[in-house]
Amino acid sequence: MTAWFQSWLGEGFGYFASTIILILMIALPLMLAVAMVIYVDRKIWAAMALRKGPNVVGPFGLLQSFADGLKVFLQETIIPASANRGLFLLAPIITFTVALMAWAVIPFQEGWVLADINVGLLYLLAVSSLGVYGVIIAGWASNSKYPFYSALRAAAQMVSYEVSIGFILIPIILFAGTFSLSGIVLGQQGHIFGAINAYGLNPLLFPMAVIFLIASLAETARAPFDLTEAESELVAGYQTEYSSMSFALFWLGEYANVLLMCAMNAILFWGGWLPPIDWAPLYYVPGIFWLFAKILLFFFIFSWVKATVPRFRYDQLMRLGWKVFLPISLFWVFLVSGYIMLRNDGLLPW
Amino acid sequence: MIQVAVFYLFATLVIASAVMTICARNPVHSVLWLILAFFNAAGLFLLIGAEFLAFLLVIVYVGAVAVLFLFVVMMLNVDFAELRAGFSNYWFPVTLLAGLLLFEIIVALVAWDAGGITIAPRAPTPENVSNIEAMGQAIFTRYIFVFEAAGIILLVAMVGAIVLTHRKRGGVRPQNIRKQIRRNPKDAVVNMQPGVGQGVEL
Repeated sequence: MTAWFQSWLGEGFGYFASTIILILMIALPLMLAVAMVIYVDRKIWAAMALRKGPNVVGPFGLLQSFADGLKVFLQETIIPASANRGLFLLAPIITFTVALMAWAVIPFQEGWVLADINVGLLYLLAVSSLGVYGVIIAGWASNSKYPFYSALRAAAQMVSYEVSIGFILIPIILFAGTFSLSGIVLGQQGHIFGAINAYGLNPLLFPMAVIFLIASLAETARAPFDLTEAESELVAGYQTEYSSMSFALFWLGEYANVLLMCAMNAILFWGGWLPPIDWAPLYYVPGIFWLFAKILLFFFIFSWVKATVPRFRYDQLMRLGWKVFLPISLFWVFLVSGYIMLRNDGLLPW
Repeated sequence: MIQVAVFYLFATLVIASAVMTICARNPVHSVLWLILAFFNAAGLFLLIGAEFLAFLLVIVYVGAVAVLFLFVVMMLNVDFAELRAGFSNYWFPVTLLAGLLLFEIIVALVAWDAGGITIAPRAPTPENVSNIEAMGQAIFTRYIFVFEAAGIILLVAMVGAIVLTHRKRGGVRPQNIRKQIRRNPKDAVVNMQPGVGQGVEL
């Protein structure tokens, strides 16, 4: 497509135009997916609580998210008198933009990626470390007690779990030998006995897959780690003072981040766009469907956890991050790099 | 063409946000401008093809260091008007220092104009070796001792920070998760049938 645009717009502008169209081709379906996934989340949550969930707007309540979106869009944006006006409005924009930015490097199928950069994983780490700014700025600019507490909690929580996420990624990079997400997915083809396309079933990487799933719950501040918006303590956390569209941007950004983390789980540990088993007939199904199926499976796990697990206490959250995950993942870096070194020297029989 | 435009965009934004960092009246705004400066500096790194350094700058400085800055600055209640009150008392040493820095810049410019110091040419990075690989090869072969020394310095700094801030508090009862899990109903619950008006002795 880039070549076609460049043929009639010239080198530079053709690239520019085609990139913008590709961005829209990712961002618009993503927004639709976020709306549907909010509905799915509410349905799963309701089913686990033996309720019906949204079932009024549209068939099976499918249009509930759009009705909610229209509602917040028509509401008035209230800015508290003592809030820091500019930053107060900037915060939801940052959250939303950062949540979309990360999707630039996610490969949907072989070659279907906006920016196939060779440091894709570092880009993801960098972008996910920016997500915390939306929350901190929102909490501070609201000039109100509970949002500020929530911002402090969010900052500490996200920084803590990012450290162990960084260490969890290193064994993956060592096995794949590349930072590129497409390279990581291709490296998983037939990884186990030449039959199963997943790093996650490798006994050396399975513990890391589990820890990564838990850390991604904490990183997106989902239950049971949703202390930043613990309603019994902090009203609605950093979103307390927000209304209408500025609130909706937080909401959309949060779910886009959840989807991103599900996609990262699928891509890093469970084979991305590859079918689970390396068997020729399965490759007739387009890869993007496999990826979506895996993302939805992880989203179901996220909802399941949200519906069933009680919230952590803050000191338990910090203990889990620093005293459990960090030492284990650090040790695993040594273990995996040692294994790979011995394997490459031919000192291991397998 | 686009590269040049983008370079000037990033460069202008770096300088502008650096100036705003100094000029902003609110310390929190200062830190946010500083973050914007880091971000644009990362953009400049990307333009010269140093993508690893660019992302490292964002991950380490924007993602961790600046968050802690912001954390501290938000919780301090600094009255800047009060801090600036006695500013004019120090004009003499400050002017001296500023003059010294200006002199340094001029000397550096003159030296650069005169040809600078010639550094022995290094072997160029071979083609089709990515940025990270080239960096790893340099760090883990030629600069291995410097690299490890940097690691040890960081370790010492970490130990120092912990020693300075750690205080032992008496009378706290931290949660002992292992002990909680080991506990079973037999240790915790006793069935009793006290007679009327007798009560229970624990």
